Amino acid sequence: MALTEQEILAGLGKIINEITGIPAAEVTPEKSFVDDLDIDSLSMVEIAVAAQDEFGVEIPDDQLKHLKTVKDVISFIQA
Amino acid sequence: MSKDRVVVVTGIGATTPVGEDAASSWSALLDGRSGVRALTEDWIDSVPVKFAGRSATDPRDVLPRPESRRLDRAEQFALIAAREAWQDAGKPEVEPTRLGVAVGSGIGGITTILDAYDLFKEKGWNRLSPYTVPMLMPNGAAGWIGIEVGAQAGVHSPVSACATGAEGIAYGIQMIKDGRADVVVAGGTEAAIHPLNLASFAAMRAMSTRNDEPQRASRPFDKGRDGFVLGEGAGIVVLESEEHARARGAKIYAVAAGAGYSSDAHHIAQPEPSGAGIQSAMRRAVESAGLTAADIRHVNAHATSTPAGDVVETIAIKEAVGVHPLVTSTKSMTGHLLGGAGGIESVFTILALRERIVPPTINVDDLDDGVEVDIVRAEPRKLPDGQIAAVNNSFGFGGHNVAVAFTSV
Repeated sequence: MALTEQEILAGLGKIINEITGIPAAEVTPEKSFVDDLDIDSLSMVEIAVAAQDEFGVEIPDDQLKHLKTVKDVISFIQA
Repeated sequence: MSKDRVVVVTGIGATTPVGEDAASSWSALLDGRSGVRALTEDWIDSVPVKFAGRSATDPRDVLPRPESRRLDRAEQFALIAAREAWQDAGKPEVEPTRLGVAVGSGIGGITTILDAYDLFKEKGWNRLSPYTVPMLMPNGAAGWIGIEVGAQAGVHSPVSACATGAEGIAYGIQMIKDGRADVVVAGGTEAAIHPLNLASFAAMRAMSTRNDEPQRASRPFDKGRDGFVLGEGAGIVVLESEEHARARGAKIYAVAAGAGYSSDAHHIAQPEPSGAGIQSAMRRAVESAGLTAADIRHVNAHATSTPAGDVVETIAIKEAVGVHPLVTSTKSMTGHLLGGAGGIESVFTILALRERIVPPTINVDDLDDGVEVDIVRAEPRKLPDGQIAAVNNSFGFGGHNVAVAFTSV
């Protein structure tokens, strides 16, 4: 059962808020993790692990480094 | 740089089993209130010791969630106490390259290690937090505090078991005396209330098993003492060169006058029975502070309520400085914070000098016949007016003896 973009975005917003304290409302598809949200590489690992638990999708390290924006993660999870 | 630089205390912070901060902890001590409680965790039946001094507040309720999830509990206590001390010092404006940190932990992030290993075995390596390593390393607390205040003169973590907190403060004093820094955030932290620790210390027969009376279990100097009581928390001070403190009009609690070290070279965990090492550390502290034995009017003793340790320390106090100081063991109320002990007990020593009052050692119903020094029992006692000094003793497994001397202002 595929999740909608909105459902994934809501889930990611919750995860990112839990890990970084950034308000979930600021987590929008076009945002870059590094440039816009100021999320460092260790936090990205935490987010990826939490996203794997939440959405049941493994994000390998070699893929993780290509996921620059929130939209990239949503697309990866939907794929 | 002159070796004669005077070091003063301009901020204090403490998270302890008797209070959420330094002020509430201090008032609990003066009231003789114990912070020791029965434990109710689901593992309690597996250990022979069923009580401890849990911190008065859960650090996860104090820190924002993104912060608390990246910090081991010992780091959480240290950061909270450091923020309190830094705030109390008036958040000093100081050149980052002249600001240092000296904060250690006796054991480090042991609950992180054990929980992470369980998670690793159950779910595999890629479910571990990427912060597992900085959470388990015993210098983690110092690192976080260094980031918090922007310390670039050097961040250090002396590790000497139960002497750790005092050694952090001693190291901080030295950093300023040597001219390496103008301000140093110093102290110790511990969060070791875990069944493995209770079991391991119990395996040494080092802990009290007075399970039917937890608040009566920590009874330093009493004939009925049967071991220490584990506590958790952190004590942090802001040390500052007097020149720097005066220039910014800072409140000054006390002079951090000097420190003395020695090591027993005797046994990895048992006190050396003559107390010679304790005497040396105390004499060196008094000497390095430019004081004489007669100046020492108060000793916050290490006394942990173990049958082997307490009386040896009192004999050493008598030999090194005499029987005139008012001696207390605040561990009777806080329990033993291991690496945090020297931190909180230095805070209490500083407050005793400032308030001119010494909190009691509770539970001394029947003073050990070997004790010849003046133990403050049941009620607080006043310290005299005028220029006076006090010593905080801290000793650790490994044979470490550290004494820190403070003087009144």
